[in-house]
Amino acid sequence: MEFRSHTLSNGLEIIAEVNPRAYSLGLAFFVKTGARDETDEISGVSHFLEHMVFKGTPHRSAADVNRELDELGSHSNAFTSEEQTVYYATVLPEYQEKCIELLADIMRPALREDDFVTEKKVILEEIAKYEDEPPYGAHEKSMAVHFGDHPLARSVLGTAASVSALSAEQMQAYFDRRYSPMNMALVAAGKVDFAQLIRQAKRFCGGWPPFAAERAISRAPQRQAFQVYANDSAAQEYCVLLANGPCATDDDRYAGRILATVLGDDSGSRLYWELVDSGLAECALMGAYEYQGTGLFMAYLGCMPEDAAANLKRMHDLFRKAESEGITEQEIVRAQNKICSHVVRQAERPSSRMFSVGNGWIQRREYRTTAQVVKAYRKVTAAQVNALLAKYPLTTNTTVCVGPLTEIEPPQ
Amino acid sequence: MLVEQSILTHRFPNGLTLLVEPMEWLESAAFALLLPAGCAHDPLDRWGLGSMTCEMVQRGCGERDSRQFVNDLENLGVDHSASVSNAHTSFGGAMPHEQLYEALTIHADLVRRPHLPADQFEDAQQVCLQEVYALEDDLAQRMMQELRRRRYGDPYGRSSQGSEESVSAITLEDVQQHFAQYYQPQNAILSVAGKVDWDRLREHVEQLFGDWPPQTLGQITTTPGAGPRCHIPHESSQTHLGIAYPSVPYSHPDYYQARGAVGVLSDGMSSRLFTEVREKRGLVYTVSASCHSLRHTGSVLCYAGTTTDRAQETLDVIIAELERLTQGIEAGELSRLKARIKSSLIFQQESSPSRAGTMAADWYHLGRVKTLEEVSTAIDALTVESINYYLAQHPPRDYTIVTLGEQELNTAYGVS
Repeated sequence: MEFRSHTLSNGLEIIAEVNPRAYSLGLAFFVKTGARDETDEISGVSHFLEHMVFKGTPHRSAADVNRELDELGSHSNAFTSEEQTVYYATVLPEYQEKCIELLADIMRPALREDDFVTEKKVILEEIAKYEDEPPYGAHEKSMAVHFGDHPLARSVLGTAASVSALSAEQMQAYFDRRYSPMNMALVAAGKVDFAQLIRQAKRFCGGWPPFAAERAISRAPQRQAFQVYANDSAAQEYCVLLANGPCATDDDRYAGRILATVLGDDSGSRLYWELVDSGLAECALMGAYEYQGTGLFMAYLGCMPEDAAANLKRMHDLFRKAESEGITEQEIVRAQNKICSHVVRQAERPSSRMFSVGNGWIQRREYRTTAQVVKAYRKVTAAQVNALLAKYPLTTNTTVCVGPLTEIEPPQ
Repeated sequence: MLVEQSILTHRFPNGLTLLVEPMEWLESAAFALLLPAGCAHDPLDRWGLGSMTCEMVQRGCGERDSRQFVNDLENLGVDHSASVSNAHTSFGGAMPHEQLYEALTIHADLVRRPHLPADQFEDAQQVCLQEVYALEDDLAQRMMQELRRRRYGDPYGRSSQGSEESVSAITLEDVQQHFAQYYQPQNAILSVAGKVDWDRLREHVEQLFGDWPPQTLGQITTTPGAGPRCHIPHESSQTHLGIAYPSVPYSHPDYYQARGAVGVLSDGMSSRLFTEVREKRGLVYTVSASCHSLRHTGSVLCYAGTTTDRAQETLDVIIAELERLTQGIEAGELSRLKARIKSSLIFQQESSPSRAGTMAADWYHLGRVKTLEEVSTAIDALTVESINYYLAQHPPRDYTIVTLGEQELNTAYGVS
């Protein structure tokens, strides 16, 4: 396993974790752009653009792109988050050049008007799909309430209204502002020919004009809020709780992940034993999510409406107890064992390493081997985890509930 | 590049089959333990009993109570799972390879020596009821469950959760009886893949399961599904469409022909359904078709979700694509499909859980395990002519159609 990196003259960074023993190769363009880089007028444009990238270039129609991706036997897709838009493909090593050529070409999309009109319908269907399914927008609503004026308040999908109102010109203007080679990275993992990768990137991406694409980064203030949104189409009540946590560059982010595992992993955590094993809730989870400049602990509850208030109270009490009594050494060790086993198993697939390596680079411009990541988790102590609970009290949170109820007694 | 595989099998006298694929290049190991305790065996008025039993066996076994059981597995770094399908109750784990032996030891306690504690029965029942309630909000899943019920009838079209009424009716005695009859080695499969030593593993499994006495499994009585059309009224933004039609099962000599035809419909972004329904018309975000196989029969199952006023058009376009299949597939479609399937075979070499799962499924359906090379050869052998011939013999027809949404659709297509 070897880490390699290279920067083209236009600023495009190429990074790779080369593993000669792998059978496949993961390739991706990470673009440092997402919902947080939008404004009200263009809400949802990052995600819509991600779809449009597959709709062709000056040299290829949408059908050409789809056909050629399939001809490579690739498993390819893309996703958009608040901070990143990522285009990726897993292929056999012999397709490295063809795959880079294709992915690089679609990074300069044509954004044709008729494709734009058709794809808008697909996006509106995607929005309708999420309206109909758990947690019925509770995640977007909780982010909006928690982050307020902070850019992370923005919804990735946008709304039916904002997407309907978008024009292809607005999308082009957004593209021209964000898709700079200086704001992107070409990431590879697995059986990569790195010397060839540099040559290929030069050839296919070297002509992209560079320009600065900045992003304002700030820490979000702590917030205490409790809101209930009635939604008759839901049978169950869904609640999302957000509290501040370590950001992507904070050293205590490993402790944050361990804390989330101890309290809210889907098996063996405190929330699991309290709410799920007892049959009080269908689902009770917590995770840690790091962004640039700020971070979140996000807890999630899904249960019968009549149990919602009592279950929220149980969660609140569980958080308060963690804050006052702390987490035990045994719990830390178990979470470390669980997380480290997961990290090591994930590393067996180049496609998963590609995401870890790319994400670390985009967020921190830093590469860490699997062994370094494991070591960072192993080093975390109970004292560090308990310090986090003081720094980011989980009882100070934004709670948003969506479901049949019109009001819920907030936990005291 | 495909690695030369060695797939080792051993059948113990009590009926348990051990399947092992050593994958020296990995640091992980994974197992799948399949017991013939699928929900098809649940008594009709105790539907959900398999799920209840699966929930109860995890609440303490051998010398461990339920917390110790979970704690020990997690300390070993075992990512564990349990589930009930129509044919099996399955337990699985993926872990660093050194921990495999201890993980299997714990699972031997789980399936042989569970406490089935009376004081946890109510909690377990609540957990199962939560799954039933959660399904109310999963519209696509509700529709697909109805589709399978109508296509296969009972019990093969059943899902595992049961109903509020049937789960509430289950008693601890039911669980004890179900456990005694179905948690046994006859027709059970233990499949292991990853960095493992065959001799040591076989001996270990012999010690854990060799003296496990087999039981006689219950007979299954079948009743046909309730007719090929169903609309489930529901106030929702999207209408969920499900279409099923008969196909050959996994064990059939023509399976890869059927798989190839469905691949042309739905594998990849250049497939026909994606192109016609989503790319050209923007009717959906999700549309798909896949082969679904029971041991004795199979189906193609199609799904699409679309807003109410576009549902009829979506259904019409999908049916038109199914009918168009019989006019033949093209060479380009087949070569893309081959490239995708062959990549997938190679990607499997990077995943021990994937191999453990595939081997177990092969054994259940075929009584043997296919090597990746064998699958690759079968895929190579597909031709446009062979698939078109298959489609001429087995054209999509006799559709079962289920819709869930605000409006009923016109579904008067080719009922024969």
